[in-house]
Amino acid sequence: MSTPDVQYSISVRNPQGREITFAQAIREALAEEMRRDPRVFIIGEDVAEAGTVFKVLTGLVDEFGPERVIDSPISEAGITGMGVGAAITGMRPVVDIMFGDFITLTMDQMVNQAAKTHYMSGGKLKVPMVLRTTLGATRRSAAQHSQSLHAWFSHIPGLKVAIPATPYDAKGLMKTAIRDDNPVAIFEDKMLYQSKGPVPAEEYTLPFGVADIKRTGTDITLVATSSMVLVALEAAEKLAELGISAEVVDPRTTVPLDRETLIQSAKKTSRAIVIDEGYHSYGVTAELASVIADGAFYYLDAPVKRLGAMDVPVPFSPVLEDLTVPTAEQVVEMAKALCGRH
Amino acid sequence: MYEQMCKIRSFEEAANELYTSARMPGLAHLYIGEEAIAVGVCEALRRDDYITSTHRGHGHCLAKGAALDRMFAELLGKAPGYCRGKGGSMHIADQDTGNLGANAIVGGSAGIATGAALSIKMRGTDQVAVCFFGDGALGQGLLYEAMNMAQLWQLPVIYVCENNQYNEYTHNRETTAGSMLGRAQAFGLEAAEVDGQDVRAVFHTMQRLVARARRGEGPAFLLCHTYRFRGHHVGDIDRSFYRSAEEEAWWQTHRDPLKLLADWLMAEGGVEPPIFDRIQQTVRSEVEAAVQFALNAPYPDPSEVDRHVYA
Repeated sequence: MSTPDVQYSISVRNPQGREITFAQAIREALAEEMRRDPRVFIIGEDVAEAGTVFKVLTGLVDEFGPERVIDSPISEAGITGMGVGAAITGMRPVVDIMFGDFITLTMDQMVNQAAKTHYMSGGKLKVPMVLRTTLGATRRSAAQHSQSLHAWFSHIPGLKVAIPATPYDAKGLMKTAIRDDNPVAIFEDKMLYQSKGPVPAEEYTLPFGVADIKRTGTDITLVATSSMVLVALEAAEKLAELGISAEVVDPRTTVPLDRETLIQSAKKTSRAIVIDEGYHSYGVTAELASVIADGAFYYLDAPVKRLGAMDVPVPFSPVLEDLTVPTAEQVVEMAKALCGRH
Repeated sequence: MYEQMCKIRSFEEAANELYTSARMPGLAHLYIGEEAIAVGVCEALRRDDYITSTHRGHGHCLAKGAALDRMFAELLGKAPGYCRGKGGSMHIADQDTGNLGANAIVGGSAGIATGAALSIKMRGTDQVAVCFFGDGALGQGLLYEAMNMAQLWQLPVIYVCENNQYNEYTHNRETTAGSMLGRAQAFGLEAAEVDGQDVRAVFHTMQRLVARARRGEGPAFLLCHTYRFRGHHVGDIDRSFYRSAEEEAWWQTHRDPLKLLADWLMAEGGVEPPIFDRIQQTVRSEVEAAVQFALNAPYPDPSEVDRHVYA
C-alpha cells in the first residue's frame, strides 16, 4: 500500500505544530474526547484489538477497554441504529463504518432515524452521534470499496457532514463532531491516513461551516474537498509556474456549508473550478458550483467548471482506476482554458 | 388495566371519527383489538424505562403514560402536541414517559431500542428498553442484527412482537417462513409466547422478563398473538380481498381483550357490571374533552417550519 505522493509542505496554511499523520490526528482526537467525556464510546467492526482495517484506532482499546471500544458483528445497520438509541438516551457514540461504500447499509438508520429524530420530536430528542467512515479511490480496491458517497448524507436535512483534507483539520473537525449535539458523518480519505502535517500539541477544535483558504491567489478559485485539496494545491503550484495565481478554498464541511467564503473568493478571482471525488452527476460539485454561480454571477468572467469522479463504477485495473479520479493535470488544463491561456 | 385499555379503545374510536370527518390530516393506524399488549407490557414497566413504538403506536404511547389532550393535538398537527405538530400520528415521542418515539419504518426501531439498552448498561442503571413491533417486522434484517448483539452483550432489551397476523394487507403465512419464536431462540434469547388478548397473561409474562432483564440476565423476546380489529389504516375499509367479515366478527365477538378482562373480573373478582359502564363513561368524557382541546388548539407558528432541524 503506497502513501500518497503529495507533500503538505506546499503552501498549506496550517498553524505550526508537530508533524503527525492524518491517522494519528484522528486517533488523538478520539482519545482526547474519550478522556474528557465518559459518555463517548466507539462501536464498529474490528475497532478494538485490530484498531480498524486502516489501523487508525490502534491502542485505544488498551487505554479505554473493550466496554468503550466495542468490536461489533458485521452489522452496519444494527450498529448505526444502536448509535441512535444510545445517543438519544445520554451517550455520545462514534459509529465506525469501515468503508464509505458500506454506508448504503446504514441508510435507513441515518436518513430516516438519526437525521429526523430531533425534528420529528419537536426538538425534544437529540442524537449526538458521529458516524466516521472513509472515501476515496486509487487504492485498487474496485467498485465496492472505492466510492466517495458523502453527497448522499449531504443531501439530508438533519445530518452534518465533515470531509477533512489535512491532519490539522481532521483532528479539529473530529473533536467538534463528537461535541456536536447532532448526528455528524465524517469522511476520511483512506489515501490520506499516512500523510503528515503540522498539528498543535495543545487542545483545539475547528468550527463547522467555516471554509479554510489553503492558498491565496488572484486569478482563479479552486474549491476542493478532502484529498482533492491536495490535487488543487498541486495544480496551483503548476499554474504559478505559468503565471496564473490560483486560490485554493477548502469548505471542510459540506453541511453546514460556508457559502460566503466561496462567493467572496470567486468575486475576487472572477473564475472558479470545483473539484470533489464524488461522482460527477448530481454530486457535491453541483451544489458548490451553484452557490458560486448564484452568489458571484456578476463578478464571473467564465462559467463555473466542475471536476468530479467519472460516472462509472470505480474499476479495479490501476490503469482504468486512475482515469476516473480528478487529477492536477486536468485542473491545470481547465484553469488554463478558463483564464484564456492555451 | 381495564381503564387503560378502555382509554386506548376510546382514543382510537375518536381518532377514527376525527379522520373520517376530515378533521384529521395524514394517516392513522388504529390499535383497536390489540390493547391488552400495550397495557400488559407497560404495566410491567417503570416510568423511566424506555419503549420504542410503531406506526400503530397510539396505544403504546398512552399505556406508557402520555396525556390524551397533547396526543390528540399531535394527531391534528397542532402546536401543543407532543412534537409541536411535527411528528403526527406515526412519530409521537414523549421523553418524560420514556417513549423514545413511534417509527413509521417497519422494524426501524430495533436498533434504537437495542442502543438504548446498550446505553443503560454503559450508564449502569437498572432500566430496561422495550421494542414494540408487528409480525411484519419479522421480515426486516435489522431486527436480527439487533437481537444478535443484544444477546452477545446481554443487554436489557425486550422485543415485543405483536402478531396481529397481517403485514398490512397480506397474511403472514404468505410472508413468514419457519417459527416466529424459533427466530429469537436461535440467537439464544429467552423467548415466550402469550395470548395477546389476555392482558393478565401479557402482564405476568412481561413481569418475569423485565425482572430478569433488570438483574442483568439479558434480552428476551415476547410473542403476543393478537388481531387487528380494523384495517391497516383508517382508509382500509374494504378488506374483503384479504380477509373475511366472518373472521373479523369472530375475533370481535369472542376475543375482545376488554370483554375478556371484564368477564374474568366479574367471574373471579366479583366485580359488578355497572363499574365497567362507569369507567367507560369517565374515559369517554376525558377523551371528548381532549378532542375539544385539540380542535381548539392553535396550529404551529410558520416560523416553526425550519426550527429543530439541528439541535
